[in-house]
Amino acid sequence: MFTDWQDRYEHLIELGKDLPLIAPEHKTDDNLVRGCQSRVWLHPEPQNGLIHFTADSDAMITKGIVALLVRVYNNRTPQEILGASTEFIDKIGLREHLSPNRANGLSAMIDQMKRYALADSAKP
Amino acid sequence: MKTAAVKPAFNVDELRAQFPILKELVHGKPLVYFDNAATSQKPRRVIKAESAYYATINANVHRGVHTLSTKATEAQEAAREIVRKHINAKHAHEIIFTSGTTAGINLAAASLGQLLLKKGDEVVISGMEHHSNIVPWQLACERHGATLKVIPITDSGEWDLKQVPFSGKTRILAISHVSNTLGTINPVKKLIAQAKKQGIVTVVDGAQAIAHLNVNVQDLGCDLYAFSGHKAYGPTGIGVLYGRDELLERMPPWQGGGEMIDTVTLIQSTWAKLPFKFEAGTPNIAGIIGLGKAIRWMEDYDKAVMARHEHALLQHATKELLAIDGLRIIGTAKEKVGVISFVIDPSSASGSGVHHYDLGTLLDQQGIAVRTGHHCTQPLMDRFGVSGTTRVSFACFNSMEEVDTMVAALKKAIKMLR
Ligand SMILES: Cc1ncc(COP(=O)(O)O)c(C=O)c1O
Repeated sequence: MFTDWQDRYEHLIELGKDLPLIAPEHKTDDNLVRGCQSRVWLHPEPQNGLIHFTADSDAMITKGIVALLVRVYNNRTPQEILGASTEFIDKIGLREHLSPNRANGLSAMIDQMKRYALADSAKP
Repeated sequence: MKTAAVKPAFNVDELRAQFPILKELVHGKPLVYFDNAATSQKPRRVIKAESAYYATINANVHRGVHTLSTKATEAQEAAREIVRKHINAKHAHEIIFTSGTTAGINLAAASLGQLLLKKGDEVVISGMEHHSNIVPWQLACERHGATLKVIPITDSGEWDLKQVPFSGKTRILAISHVSNTLGTINPVKKLIAQAKKQGIVTVVDGAQAIAHLNVNVQDLGCDLYAFSGHKAYGPTGIGVLYGRDELLERMPPWQGGGEMIDTVTLIQSTWAKLPFKFEAGTPNIAGIIGLGKAIRWMEDYDKAVMARHEHALLQHATKELLAIDGLRIIGTAKEKVGVISFVIDPSSASGSGVHHYDLGTLLDQQGIAVRTGHHCTQPLMDRFGVSGTTRVSFACFNSMEEVDTMVAALKKAIKMLR
């Protein structure tokens, strides 16, 4: 999609600016994503069988990444979230963020979204 | 150091040619490696020594009567002598091979804890310690009912020597020679002298000193001194704990197993003599030989000469970085090795602050390796009220041109992020 690193990251930073921002009262430790070098908050809200996400981060690239994920996973059913493929990550050239290096948090964010979805789908 | 050999004049290009990794490209750009405080790169001589060991004399040490075992044992003990000489220990049996600084400090804390600590006793560390020189002492204190006391850190990133919390109950002082986060060279000799007068046992974390300073354990007067090979041009997985022999004799072993015993019955065992009492199990023989080579290599090039070059890099980089709007250096001590930690604050002229994670990511895209985060010194981050920093750390093979490349790349990254 992008060949030049600068375009790719500028796009990501722009994406971050459109992120549906988490309300300050939801910036709690419970909503912190463990395993990121920057702080990331992710807040799920079930609405009519769909999960609605808001989020924020203190780093701009991380904010762009979480915005990308929110775009993909927002307002979906728990089953859709649990079944979603992560192929789009390769397409946008972010595979390096999925490496097992604990300093970056993309996989931790996806895990957390899926965990919310799983918990929600387990509700009666 | 070899007496007869004439030191080669310092030539950074010639030095760089000895590090194969410096030819690598990262994201299509020449690698600029400024993460030497995490681990330094290795010269070809060290890489070769490890593989030559496996290719020619691999055998277990101190066990076999066969030729290879004898050769491997000789090579290992020759490396021990190289280390002894390098840090000016009195005896080779004062050199204990460990897997690294962390293992050395854990050995020290567990064994000294058992030997010295009683309920109500105190252990003193400083506020700039690496987690490796905090957590083992917390564990020892917890086990023996002792308390950890901390030397506060000044705004420039130095020990506040007016507030050293020594008391009649202090048994152990555990401090770093050089700060991995700030680069501060600490006045360890002075503090050790003060501790000794009060009968306090002294442990030095030398992880960040060994590649940059001429370490002389007898001159420092410390009881124990730990360092890692991988931060000083040597292999990973190998380190040294130096201990004064009279103290090591009294310390109980840490790990039990093969190599460290004299006799074993099913009821009780007696310990091997030093240093083997503290070297349970098959050692990292290839790593030990590689470490010996790395030390020889540093001696050939002369650490003092390398340190002068690194200091020039430090001065140049400090000046260039400070010219960036909003950039604040954390750690401004007079005596520093080539380490610069910084944050980008919001500025009225240029706008918002910049997160270290963003900077690290965009520098990496430009082929530049720096460390970001808390650098395993969370209490120090709290002291300075920051969540993390961006850290550049130099080694002898870094060049002025690389500093300029980094500064230009940093400016580009900041522009994208503000
Ligand atoms: C000051 C300091 N102490 C201890 C350590 C731990 O060294 P190692 O990970 O090699 O055991 C480090 C390495 O990061 C360090 O910088």
